[in-house]
Amino acid sequence: MQNLRHQRWVKATHFIITLSFLALTVSGFVILMSHPRLYWGQAGNDLTPALFELPISRNYQHHGFTKPIPFTHLGGTVVSAARTYDIFNQNGWGRSSHFLAAWFLVITGLLYFITGWFSGHFRRNLLPGAKTFSFRLALTDFRSHFRKQPPAAGKGPQYGLLQRVTYLVVIFFLFPLVILTGFTMSPAITASYPFLIKMFFGEESARTIHFFAASALLLFLLVHLVMIIRTGFKQNILAITFGKPA
Amino acid sequence: MKKNQHISRRRAIFTGLSSAGALLLSGCFKKLPPTYGSILRMGDDFTYMAQRGLLSQRALAVEYPKSDITSFPATGNYNPGDPALKASYNKEYQQLQANNFKDWALTIEGSVAKPGKYTMADLLKLSQRTQVTRHTCEEGWSAIAEWTGTPLALLLQSAGILPNARFVSLYGYDNYAESIDLLDAFHPQTILAHTMNGQPLPLEHGAPVRLRVETQIGYKSVKYLQRIVVTDKFVDAADDIKGGWSWYNGI
Repeated sequence: MQNLRHQRWVKATHFIITLSFLALTVSGFVILMSHPRLYWGQAGNDLTPALFELPISRNYQHHGFTKPIPFTHLGGTVVSAARTYDIFNQNGWGRSSHFLAAWFLVITGLLYFITGWFSGHFRRNLLPGAKTFSFRLALTDFRSHFRKQPPAAGKGPQYGLLQRVTYLVVIFFLFPLVILTGFTMSPAITASYPFLIKMFFGEESARTIHFFAASALLLFLLVHLVMIIRTGFKQNILAITFGKPA
Repeated sequence: MKKNQHISRRRAIFTGLSSAGALLLSGCFKKLPPTYGSILRMGDDFTYMAQRGLLSQRALAVEYPKSDITSFPATGNYNPGDPALKASYNKEYQQLQANNFKDWALTIEGSVAKPGKYTMADLLKLSQRTQVTRHTCEEGWSAIAEWTGTPLALLLQSAGILPNARFVSLYGYDNYAESIDLLDAFHPQTILAHTMNGQPLPLEHGAPVRLRVETQIGYKSVKYLQRIVVTDKFVDAADDIKGGWSWYNGI
């Protein structure tokens, strides 16, 4: 194998994206706390049925509403009620820090994407070669991750099969999904690009997909961290941060 | 081969940086809201600039079929005529409410040639617009309703908006207020709504008239309208920025 250490631009973008992702996770959780109900469809609120609710703040099932009054012209199933409950809401800084971190993530992500594409990084280091890709090999690789002594990590991008597939899913599916569903919650963006609303089955569906995509990214982060620790924490961290480049 | 790679990477970074630069120079920062040194407010301004620069400012917010109308919670102030609700109580409003808003009139002042008061009859003389749109709350919920009202653009034109005008502040009887820029003020869906789902605007949703800004998050749509002030300078009408909230909320 030739020299395989992480390139400088990979290290830099990895660092910025890691920090933005952590900030997005914290602020995203704070935003979710102010309305921990998720829906499917075009719209959803305390007066419509939820897909599910998360018991993560005092707003969970608070029922603090005045008696619902029906809109008479609409057959009586559509109602209005005023909220009398003082909800938990830290979205002033929650939302602004979420979007600030999102700017860092989107711009750095775009630079990463362009550089990764044109430098051949994706093709060379992430796309599994035709010879290495088979179900049997994938299974063997999967099993090897649970051995007492997992496959040793190198100092750079000599990735295993499963690792390549996972990174590709994260880069080309989960991140675009979480960003696009985020856009779909914006009234100004969907005014210009209404196809987003159709693509994700409505604004509240997009919010729910955003939640699941973010959860999947968190799960990835967790497994990523476990593998970093199991294959040599110090060496791995040095390799992706301040370790000497090749 | 290797040399080739090096050039395209550099070119890639250069392209990225120059497009980011182009975004910054798109000429929007002449009249940006103040940040008071807060990095969060700088991010808000960047979003404002980017959305104004990259999105179509004439595009209409998504409109829905009537069958998509949902129940609609009223949050924030829900009765400025109730003395028990001290934060939003307004005696004048209580009197208007007692008379079923017959004496209500909307004041318009500032950078307009004809400042004055507009009664409900005056507003109804201007063309009306009906739209079924989604109210997107910053908390995370949303609701769809049909709104009918007078486009703010028509009122501003009727009052003779002056060439130095830059922002429009809207004040409610509930001690709440917001300001918007002229792009939103003249957006065809920005209306002064007096009818919701075919009936007079319910008390909790801002009777008798509320603002609808469909291209922004819900809290820009001031309820219980009392006064409109057109200004040439930026006004942080509800202390959004000082209170730690974003002034522009396209997302």
